Amino acid sequence: MRRYVIIGTGVAGISAAEVIRSQDTSGEILLIGDEPYGYYSRPGLAYFLTNEIPQQLLFPYSKKDFTNLNIQSLRARVIKIYPNDQLIETHSGDKIHYDQLLIAVGAAAAVPKIPGIDLTGVVKLDNLKDARSIIKLTGKARKAVVVGGGITALELVEGFRARGVKTHYLLRRDRFWGSVLDETESKIVEQRLIGEGVKIHYHTEVEKILGKRGRVSGVSIGDGKIIKCRLVGVAIGIKPRTRLAENAGIQTDRGILVNEFLQTNFPNIYAAGDITQVFDPFTGKTIIDSLWVPARLQGQTAGLNMTGQNVPYIKGVAFNVTRLAGLTTTIIGSVGRGADEDLVSIVRGDSETWRRIPDALVRQSKDKDSRLRLMLGENTILGAVMMGDQTLYQYLQPIISKQIDISPIREQLLQPNLPIGNIIIGFCSKRNLQLAV
Amino acid sequence: MGIRGIFQGKPSHRKALADGYVIPDSFRCVQCGICTYNCPIDLDVRRYAWLGSPINNSHCLTCGECVARCPRGVLRFGRLSDITQQHLGERNT
Ligand SMILES: Cc1cc2nc3c(=O)[nH]c(=O)nc-3n(C[C@H](O)[C@H](O)[C@H](O)COP(=O)(O)OP(=O)(O)OC[C@H]3O[C@@H](n4cnc5c(N)ncnc54)[C@H](O)[C@@H]3O)c2cc1C
Repeated sequence: MRRYVIIGTGVAGISAAEVIRSQDTSGEILLIGDEPYGYYSRPGLAYFLTNEIPQQLLFPYSKKDFTNLNIQSLRARVIKIYPNDQLIETHSGDKIHYDQLLIAVGAAAAVPKIPGIDLTGVVKLDNLKDARSIIKLTGKARKAVVVGGGITALELVEGFRARGVKTHYLLRRDRFWGSVLDETESKIVEQRLIGEGVKIHYHTEVEKILGKRGRVSGVSIGDGKIIKCRLVGVAIGIKPRTRLAENAGIQTDRGILVNEFLQTNFPNIYAAGDITQVFDPFTGKTIIDSLWVPARLQGQTAGLNMTGQNVPYIKGVAFNVTRLAGLTTTIIGSVGRGADEDLVSIVRGDSETWRRIPDALVRQSKDKDSRLRLMLGENTILGAVMMGDQTLYQYLQPIISKQIDISPIREQLLQPNLPIGNIIIGFCSKRNLQLAV
Repeated sequence: MGIRGIFQGKPSHRKALADGYVIPDSFRCVQCGICTYNCPIDLDVRRYAWLGSPINNSHCLTCGECVARCPRGVLRFGRLSDITQQHLGERNT
């Protein structure tokens, strides 16, 4: 009987376990994780913070689901992998044999080197424990400061606001998430935050987090200026947890390096999810996503291959749907460029591919609550950002991901007064291009 | 709500709510559970979204609460006849 060992109880690990069980009904599946709460929706933490869902709703799997899958769970931290002996070692010294191993240990929030970062009241939003401690702290705090960029910084801002905490959002440059959003999109988000009572400080950096008796009392932002606060939320990016793999001689770069079958340099060790650096056919480079759906798909693919199949992971076009200051926003393909000074790396809900684009023409239209930006390549659409109205998603997704030749409508799309929505729908209808669901 | 300057008139593909089934798009779903939480008859809508299956439970009221509450536009109304066999993975090409 084969023993499959999976390290990490996130969506990549769970998806792998599901698939392995579907292929191998008798094999032993051992799921090892150090997360005290097991498997839950990490993106859902944002809605837990805003009070839209209670904690128990974060868990997509019930006890019965785990029983039905017939997997063993072990709460432990894996501290060592011995690839030549096919063993892993847990923090308590237990050594466990594996036939096939999946490393799905995810990524952790990067911590900035700011004096005072260890004070009580400095928070990040990485896991349920963080979210619970934020909720506890917001009960007492009246003022908060958030530093960083991307979705998680915004989720901290919105979480604090929803809990009645006056929030200051500090941006190093002149706008929010400049590496992915364009200026107008950044402004839309910022205006909505301001409307919710958030105070945004541009061109502002925290020099030092100030404390009294081990607790945050404020931040100094240069020129002798101080913002008093009891809470400091930090979201400057993430760092894949590569150490375990590195120490075992598994090849890593920013994440674990894998071949198209998600196999590491050891044939019976696979990697999936946020920890994994995969080949991106759109850019020809290896990249890291921090996205729920790719983590799921990678888990599924690795799971299949661990059972003896040979299924390549074909990375689709990077894609995320999120809510930015209350606006449903879809980001597909290549939409931004360059670096974001609020971040040291990619963030949650982010993909490195989003900022690697050739020059492209931008066609924009907008009304009060909805906006669409298309990145037009020579004869394909390279990417899109859809804020508010999501109608065109089901058409643009196949056009972008399949790199459909849009030359028949390219000129029309560039005409300022033509309704590009109708043009795209018309183009797709003729070619039967639409998402199947 | 269309996007002015993007659509001319109502997009023809929009379906009346009377069409009746809630259909999830697994590719937009992050399993946050808001849909399940807001279902007035306690259907586990999120599980349907995980499986990529329409909410074909005969008790579903098609009240639209889950469709409206989903922060990521995962759920929409559609006819069963619109749905071709669709599983995770197929679409990622
Ligand atoms: C606040 C927040 C918002 C997000 N928003 C979005 C979004 O809008 N859209 C989107 O697509 N994605 C979003 N994400 C990202 C998404 O949740 C991740 O891409 C996804 O969870 C990755 O899954 P994973 O299984 O690879 O890793 P994880 O979910 O991180 O799971 C890895 C697990 O491994 C465990 N582990 C680590 N090391 C060890 C060890 N040595 N031994 C044992 N266990 C170990 C960890 O404790 C963890 O439980 C968000 C994430 C967060 C936190």
